[in-house]
Amino acid sequence: MNRAWKGPLLRQAVALLLFAGLLAGLVGVAGSARLERADFVFNNTGEVQSLDPATVTGVPEGRILRGIYEGLCVKDPVTVRPLPGSAASWTKSPDGRVFVFDMRDEARWSNGDPVTAHDFEFSFRRFLLPETAAEYSYLLWKVVNAQAFCTGKDADGTEREVDWSEVGIKALDADTLRIELEDPVPYFLELMAFYPLFPVHRASLEAAQREFPDTWNVEWLKPERLVCNGPYVVEERRINDRIRLRKNPMYWDAKNVALDTIDALPIEHWGTSVNMYLTGEVDWLDGSIPPNLVPELLKRQDFIPKPYLGSYFYRVNVTKPPLDDKRIRKALSLVIPRRAIVENVTKAGQAPTWSVVPWKELDPENPPLEGEAAAEEARRLFAEAGYGPGGKPFPVIEVLYNTSETHRDVAEVIADAWQRELGVDMRLKNQEWKVYLDSQTNLEYEVCRAAWIGDWVDPGPLNFLSLFVTGGANNKTGWGNAEYDRLIAEIGLEQDPAKLEQLMLDAEAILLEEYPVLPIYSYVTQNLIKPRFGGLHGNMLNEHFPKFWYWMDDEELAEKLADLPPDLQEVPPGGPSGGKYAPVGRARQIGRN
Amino acid sequence: MLGFLLRRLGWFVITSWVVITVSFFLMRKVPGGPFSGERNLTPEIEANINAKYHLDWPTWKQYLHYLGPLNLDERGLFGDRSKPFGGVLTGDLGPSYKMRDFTVNDVIAQSLPISVMLGLVALMWALALGISAGLVSALRPRTGLDLTMRLAATAGIALPNFVIAAFLIILFVFLIPLFPVAGWGTLKHMLLPGFALGAPRAAYIARLTRTGMLEVLSQDYIRTAVAKGLPNRLVLMRHALKGGLLPVVSYLGPMTAWILTGSLVIEKIFRIPGTGSHFVNAALNRDYTLAMGVTILFTVLVYGMNTLVDLAYTFLDPRIKLEES
Repeated sequence: MNRAWKGPLLRQAVALLLFAGLLAGLVGVAGSARLERADFVFNNTGEVQSLDPATVTGVPEGRILRGIYEGLCVKDPVTVRPLPGSAASWTKSPDGRVFVFDMRDEARWSNGDPVTAHDFEFSFRRFLLPETAAEYSYLLWKVVNAQAFCTGKDADGTEREVDWSEVGIKALDADTLRIELEDPVPYFLELMAFYPLFPVHRASLEAAQREFPDTWNVEWLKPERLVCNGPYVVEERRINDRIRLRKNPMYWDAKNVALDTIDALPIEHWGTSVNMYLTGEVDWLDGSIPPNLVPELLKRQDFIPKPYLGSYFYRVNVTKPPLDDKRIRKALSLVIPRRAIVENVTKAGQAPTWSVVPWKELDPENPPLEGEAAAEEARRLFAEAGYGPGGKPFPVIEVLYNTSETHRDVAEVIADAWQRELGVDMRLKNQEWKVYLDSQTNLEYEVCRAAWIGDWVDPGPLNFLSLFVTGGANNKTGWGNAEYDRLIAEIGLEQDPAKLEQLMLDAEAILLEEYPVLPIYSYVTQNLIKPRFGGLHGNMLNEHFPKFWYWMDDEELAEKLADLPPDLQEVPPGGPSGGKYAPVGRARQIGRN
Repeated sequence: MLGFLLRRLGWFVITSWVVITVSFFLMRKVPGGPFSGERNLTPEIEANINAKYHLDWPTWKQYLHYLGPLNLDERGLFGDRSKPFGGVLTGDLGPSYKMRDFTVNDVIAQSLPISVMLGLVALMWALALGISAGLVSALRPRTGLDLTMRLAATAGIALPNFVIAAFLIILFVFLIPLFPVAGWGTLKHMLLPGFALGAPRAAYIARLTRTGMLEVLSQDYIRTAVAKGLPNRLVLMRHALKGGLLPVVSYLGPMTAWILTGSLVIEKIFRIPGTGSHFVNAALNRDYTLAMGVTILFTVLVYGMNTLVDLAYTFLDPRIKLEES
């Protein structure tokens, strides 16, 4: 090694250069990454899988896609019933099998192209193509021949090749889209506002395929190339940092879109999420709140939980003795201390439920057994099945849950009650999320924690009841009942709302007799949101369409807060981000605050 | 020197191959897959997805395909129009299964510079605090000052970085609002997470420096230097530091790799879009390609850093020859 290399002068020079480079780098990074705060910033809780509507599933994806695309319908921010979106109107045949959508003439893609019925036909075809591998593709399987087109098999399993021309989705002309179903789907219009069924822009997709034959799959979704038809377009996207949405001037209803920019931050850490809200860097958290903060937050004007179409329950593996005995399952369900769980563990206003259908109103004539009466009945059932004092010893029950403090706390409360009332010993077992899912699917458990969130509000109970058909992909209990399957199939065909209601009650009654699942509580939405923010309501699906969002002025805010207890009515000073408010009268126009 | 580097390269190839192979097969053995979720897929849809991502192939075939450069795929990974996936040997780490709008190369290219920047800030904190504390301790051994420094160092090692982060946030965000609570983009965003990440390392460095310096300071050549009348400052800078910092240098290699990639918790708390969170998320999501990608990245970093450290030894200590290492 040359001595000069080790000379102090050179070494100092090298050190100095390195240091200067470092500083320059720091300044460079700092400068390039800087973005002004958006008009509205929310925590999207995780990185989105993709901006391609056909292939995604998940809540964070939905929040973004509802901003940048528009389906045939959108949903009312309060009732979540379908409203006209890209389609201006539609007709439904009396038997509920044929929908004809009349496209909105003024609807435009972000590059100025009109949104046509052909776009939707192209997008639905792409959604069903096997190589798209859409996880949600089953949503359209009730369309004539769609299941065979998607999977090469009919519903009854016969193999059949189907050409697209035979599938019941046709653009009759640029303005008219006809969809024909094999059986009526009561929530079909709600599906048309569901993000997997949003349209994609054919010309830009195909242009990307020509330009980037190797990498189009990633390229066409880049912000600079993505053409959308929603109220917002994607301006910037950085992994694990943010998605910046900007108002789409070509959107047909752009004059009623209030915010210019929206930032979606994928904050995973709940503590950070709350910290950012408290320091004003984020305006809306949807969940992602540490449960121990909930009692504190409930005293504030910006945290008002609302009923949410979701249900927390325990699945029971009915193939494992002694759990194959429905008396045992019923006894276990009877002594679950539901009220103690919602009051002492979850604390955010969740409601105890005795049915897997959440927010079910209790029959005042015939309330569910609770407390000592329930325990006595449970002990009677146990004795009848041959267990309890003087009977066979009851084996230890293993309860499986995915690793999380809340799930553990709930399980401990239940374990305590089972031990106390029935002498049943319970062993808790936690598994990492994907392992837990695997165990559940393969019936490698005895009792396991589970939950389900509904996808449509009408008919809401069907979300939950349809899970438990024999062999259903999401049954996961080993339970099956022919009469139950028949009722569920009939619900699909029924057009009369009253009869449909009765069918659902009948099906639910079977579940309540057989207990393949032990219901625990109904969910609430946990939105921590600046009180001044309007157009975002805690609705049953907790689904929010950014086209309705705006900031209120002081007057409207005071009006809204008037419903709260007196100490929460103070109007916080100043608007957000330099006082950007909605166009005048907008709040009234959307109504219902 | 050249021989040394070539030998290192050879071992690098073998090490990487073992790491890739072992992690590939281990990962496929873990229950659950990239597409399992709360909603179970019907078998037909699952078949479509598995076919699209080749998860229906036997594991050995997936492995050969992943390794490349032989392309086993007649139709390309994404339908017939797409480029055949090149495999790791061509530098193509494949598409991410979970962040499907990005390739693994994209993910690493976006996140690594951020982690490097965070790591540099942490490194500066660690070295500046660690070496100065260590020096003070070594020069005034068994005094109150020494004791205080050592206590602080012990506390620094014992406290996990997320506890330090929580203290920093309470202190400098909520009580004295000097810094933003989280995020990335300006120098202000970097100082707190850099400190939280660097502090435990600083503590360790302080102890290494103290031990190293105490040993060197008792050597004959230092006594000689002092005896011939050199000022203390010169003795320290010219003679003692070189030898005294050797333990610190050998610790620098693994530490740098660790700081660049092991900052998961700090990245989450301060919402920094670096590489650290991909390590854990990729594994939790069973994002096979991304998990492989970051594992390979980590292997390269650790190996590269250790080689650099070995090279640095020869500069600092003429007694060490590369050929012997």
